[in-house]
Amino acid sequence: MEGHSSDAVIAIDKLVKKFGEKVVLNEFTVDLKRGENLVVLGRSGSGKSVLIKCVIGLMRPESGTINVLGEDVLSLDHDGLDNIRSRVGFLFQSNALYDSMTVKQNLEFPMRRHLKNIDFKESMDRIMDALENVGLAHTLNMMPSELSGGMQKRIALARTLILNPEIILYDEPTTGLDPITGKEITLLIKDIQEKYKTSSIIISHDMKCVKRAADRIAVLVNGSCYAVDTYDNLKRSSDPNINQFFE
Amino acid sequence: MRMPDSFNKYLDETGATSRFTYRYFHELVRPRYEIRQFLRQCYLIGYTSLPLIGITGFIMGLVLTIQLRPSLISYGVESQLPVMVALAIVREIGPVITALIFAGKISSSIGAELGSMKVTEQIDAMEVSGTNPFKYLVVTRVAASTLMLPVLVMISDAISLYGSYLGVNIRGNTSLRLFFFQVFQTLQFGDVLPAFIKTFFFGFAIGIIGCYKGYNSSKGTEGVGRSANSAVVVSSLMVFIIDLIAVQITDILGLN
Repeated sequence: MEGHSSDAVIAIDKLVKKFGEKVVLNEFTVDLKRGENLVVLGRSGSGKSVLIKCVIGLMRPESGTINVLGEDVLSLDHDGLDNIRSRVGFLFQSNALYDSMTVKQNLEFPMRRHLKNIDFKESMDRIMDALENVGLAHTLNMMPSELSGGMQKRIALARTLILNPEIILYDEPTTGLDPITGKEITLLIKDIQEKYKTSSIIISHDMKCVKRAADRIAVLVNGSCYAVDTYDNLKRSSDPNINQFFE
Repeated sequence: MRMPDSFNKYLDETGATSRFTYRYFHELVRPRYEIRQFLRQCYLIGYTSLPLIGITGFIMGLVLTIQLRPSLISYGVESQLPVMVALAIVREIGPVITALIFAGKISSSIGAELGSMKVTEQIDAMEVSGTNPFKYLVVTRVAASTLMLPVLVMISDAISLYGSYLGVNIRGNTSLRLFFFQVFQTLQFGDVLPAFIKTFFFGFAIGIIGCYKGYNSSKGTEGVGRSANSAVVVSSLMVFIIDLIAVQITDILGLN
């Protein structure tokens, strides 16, 4: 953890991930400070989603360390990973709503799994609270197929919020949405950060989303963390590797 | 000597399926047990297959009786029609045809469902939600498929025999009681038990292949279609291979 900030909730150190011969992440190092939104910016296929999947234990890197909320993720057993996952929310790029379940059942699912002794009233209160936060309380008994893309994204966000996570990992939250809905989702991400004091890693190459949501930006180039700075500082940079994202 | 790529691919696939099957047994005995999901799958896999299995069973019994009658008449043993049909249905045709229909309906639907869950990241979402997706999705489906097919085969056999009774009565006059008396007088323990036992293996093979193909689906929606298709093809082939092995074993044990 050498060189990482003392208030880091996630510290990624020299992470290497390969698919066959292809090196996707090459000694990637970055940390996420408590309460901040860190955007990871990179080209399509550069390994941004792979990075956050390694953080949550969905993929296993070849080497390096990942420390989340004081726990070394790569040395955790199944129960340890479950414990970390109850404190870290993940918003999937494709929303990943269970299409055989209603909105209510989708939100209930992680609660039933992580909070085994939760009673019915508390469960319903949490569901309604999460749905009201994303402005979709009326969709409780609807199926995901009955919702628009933007509404599905909001429901997926509500499902992420249901366990009151300390950290949220957003995988391209505005991809596939129209600019207005994309803006709404970005503002929702900011609201969540302010209301729940969450820390977030946001994977994106939507520069409007990046500008609105980012406290800091980590630029991913050739598998490594090329630069970490604020939006304004990076925008002023004359480095072509950074400049290409702001043109 | 270099093996052809297709052969290497076949060996890879066989190895991966074996590992998948080993993992199934490993997860089957380890808590936590997904009882509710297992019962739901029993309903979806077993109960919802009943109409299709029932109709095909009925037609199978009726057609077999109508087709067999002229041959038996030519040998002067028309009275043996219920016995012949019952033996054919209970020992071989009932389990195999029911398993093939079951493979077409269940293996493809499992392959497509798990495949689309895989490509839309629902399986990853399940893992993040503190659920072991293999246990929740695969173990419950394979266990339900293994236990439901024998039940469906028994029901299908019964409906087939009733279809046969109606077939006998198209050109004859036999009471239901006499028909079933003849049938049960002829059927031996060795006719029923091996046929019943092999249906568990049919059900297991259909479930595990459907789940394997779906769970390892890739390449987007095209991959989902391919998974569903290959689940049906491979599980149907497996039904015949298991049947061949089962016949050899019953022969060696002297149950034929």
